[in-house]
Amino acid sequence: MSGLTINDKDVVVPGEVLAEGMDYLPSHGTYRLDDTIRAGKLGLARIDGKVIKIIPLSGVYSPRRNDVIICKVFDVLMSGWRVNTFTPYSAMLSMKDGTNEFIMKGANLTKYHQIGDYIMCKVVNVTSQRLIDVTMKGPGLRKLDNGRFIRVNSHKVPRIIGKQGSMVSMVKNATGCRILVGQNGVVWVSGEPEMEILAIETIKKVEKESHVSGLTDTIKVFLEEKTGKKLETKAEEKSEPEGEQQ
Amino acid sequence: MMMSESRKHITEYLKKGLRLDGRKLDEFREVSVEYGVSKNAEGSARVKIGGTEVIAGVKLNIGTPYSDRPDEGTLMVGVELYPLASPEFEAGPPSIDSIELARVVDRGIREAGAIDNKALCIEKGEKIWIVSVDICPINDEGNLFDAAGLAAIAAIMDAKFPKVEKDGTVNYKERTKTPLPIKKRPIPITVWRIGNDLIVDPINEEEKSTDARLTIASLSDGVICALQKGGDATLTVEDVDKMTDLAIAKAKDLRSKLGGKSK
Amino acid sequence: MSYTKRVDGRKSFTELRPITAKAGVIARADGSAYFKIGNTAAYAAVYGPRELHPRNKQIPTRGLLRCDYVMMPFSGMGDRVRPGPNRRAKEISMVTQKALDPVLDLQDYPNAVVDVFICLPETDAGSRCAGICAASIALADAGVPMKDLICAVSTGQVGDKVVVDLDYAEEAYSDGPVSDIPVAMIPSTGELTLLQMDGEISKKDLMEALKLVKESMNEIYEVQKNALKDKYPAGGDDDE
Repeated sequence: MSGLTINDKDVVVPGEVLAEGMDYLPSHGTYRLDDTIRAGKLGLARIDGKVIKIIPLSGVYSPRRNDVIICKVFDVLMSGWRVNTFTPYSAMLSMKDGTNEFIMKGANLTKYHQIGDYIMCKVVNVTSQRLIDVTMKGPGLRKLDNGRFIRVNSHKVPRIIGKQGSMVSMVKNATGCRILVGQNGVVWVSGEPEMEILAIETIKKVEKESHVSGLTDTIKVFLEEKTGKKLETKAEEKSEPEGEQQ
Repeated sequence: MMMSESRKHITEYLKKGLRLDGRKLDEFREVSVEYGVSKNAEGSARVKIGGTEVIAGVKLNIGTPYSDRPDEGTLMVGVELYPLASPEFEAGPPSIDSIELARVVDRGIREAGAIDNKALCIEKGEKIWIVSVDICPINDEGNLFDAAGLAAIAAIMDAKFPKVEKDGTVNYKERTKTPLPIKKRPIPITVWRIGNDLIVDPINEEEKSTDARLTIASLSDGVICALQKGGDATLTVEDVDKMTDLAIAKAKDLRSKLGGKSK
Repeated sequence: MSYTKRVDGRKSFTELRPITAKAGVIARADGSAYFKIGNTAAYAAVYGPRELHPRNKQIPTRGLLRCDYVMMPFSGMGDRVRPGPNRRAKEISMVTQKALDPVLDLQDYPNAVVDVFICLPETDAGSRCAGICAASIALADAGVPMKDLICAVSTGQVGDKVVVDLDYAEEAYSDGPVSDIPVAMIPSTGELTLLQMDGEISKKDLMEALKLVKESMNEIYEVQKNALKDKYPAGGDDDE
């Protein structure tokens, strides 16, 4: 197509010319400079008709309403807890959102969540100044213990979960581990030590090779070799949005 | 990237003879040594232990000796924990951690008599060589003690004296083929106690869960030449017995990575 | 006496020393790079956007860029560089920050900070420029929104010739006037974000130098671009 100087799915760098002339329109992550459209960050260029946008390959996670994320408690207050979201902005978990139990005013909140606890929570609200409120009221939201936590590139989370959870389900089936993936790139893995190690190795492999086609098959073969067991490919389960339970 | 693991979880792994990354308790990650990585330094080396990477450089200057040691040159070891290498390092004056790291490495090399200080004397009471070793971590994924110690020795092995002109000035642009007067090559290995288990070469998450550590520098014949205990908890004499055996064995492995004459 | 041949044997006065660059060399950082030109090498690590302390430095409308430049004690020819507060390094940290900031878009990160740490294991002139080039790659690697990379290299005059990319020997040339002009530029627009000069130069030669160095910036941009693309090979992505 005339005007385009790159192909769909090319990796582009800031300042790189994506199109010349006025035929194309800049979208997320791109901008117009004179009669060119240029990349405004490192990422994958996607062309959709006449619109060019960039899918980021790296960068910090931006919390959005209704995202399910894994956070760590770092402060206990009178009215709730402050949690580390693994972004530049901490979040507030208020007393009423911290648990389904009834809490008396003035009660000692460390009874429920202590500094260092990891929790699975949902983003309720984000203000323009990046004040974030989270809640633990909702299906699947709870404290996470007896497991290991790793951080992955938050942009790779969709790949790690897979279409309708297919990738993460495969890893769970092969290793017998419970796995929860937060949208903020924090992953919880719980199972037998050797299997936790394999699950983490697999997740890191998916993260590293996320751009390669046929990844699902590659991972299937990898898991089968490591466990010595054949994996059945079940029909995809219709599961809850990202971060679903076992 | 892993996050701070609970002590309980690490202990469960150790019961099965496993580390967080699947290694055995006494297993090191892959170690590599590269020489001559900085041309302006009189000697330099890069050491990698797993993902931990450290660069060390040697600078040689002529100075005046201490009055109580008029015929001996001096050796100084410094460590710079630049914030480049870890989100936990802060810019500013040296932290106690960087000071401890430098002192432990220094002890292992200087007190062990690695360099023949008398051979650094140019003119008794007047002129001696000052050997400055600076160690700079580039990426900290655990076990800086051993990486720094190995890099320092490698940089010292790499060093060559610059040319000294007839009028006594140093011509840094020309290097001689003369190496430093190295007598021994001590290798430090740090052994860490977690509960009743001993491990070597911890990653960041493991370092945070340890009780106590012992850095043991040893020579190729197994002679111990420096010790430093660290950490909040105690060590029993039995611990020390087992730790030194482990350290001496591992030092042999690391020494083989240095190449060159075995000394 | 006329300056006819470059001290290190480079054939042309606008030829750059050999460059190697690599992205993603420091795993613990959010973004990182290594940039080497001749015998001047720089590591850059980016941490952030992340929380900014102390709070009184926070800016409510955008993120803050903070740069710290340091030379390793053994990096220079001759004397060891004593670690510790160093005025030259502080000044370079400041001009580096000013050289990079104009292309960054930190509006989405109010009250946060992007920290850039630059360390040089080896220096042979052109160190602040090498640091800026490395930092640029590292910022892109970290996914920071930026409208372009920043390219930087020195230009100037050695004797009677206008040259690009002076090395230490040329800076020390004694048979005629020397000027050393570090320049940083936004390659897409030609705008300057760093311009300094040591030495003496005529206005005519200065304008000539600035014209010549623009070509070199494109060369540097290609190297930086390839360093990033090598780390992120494109491929057919299975659609999610």
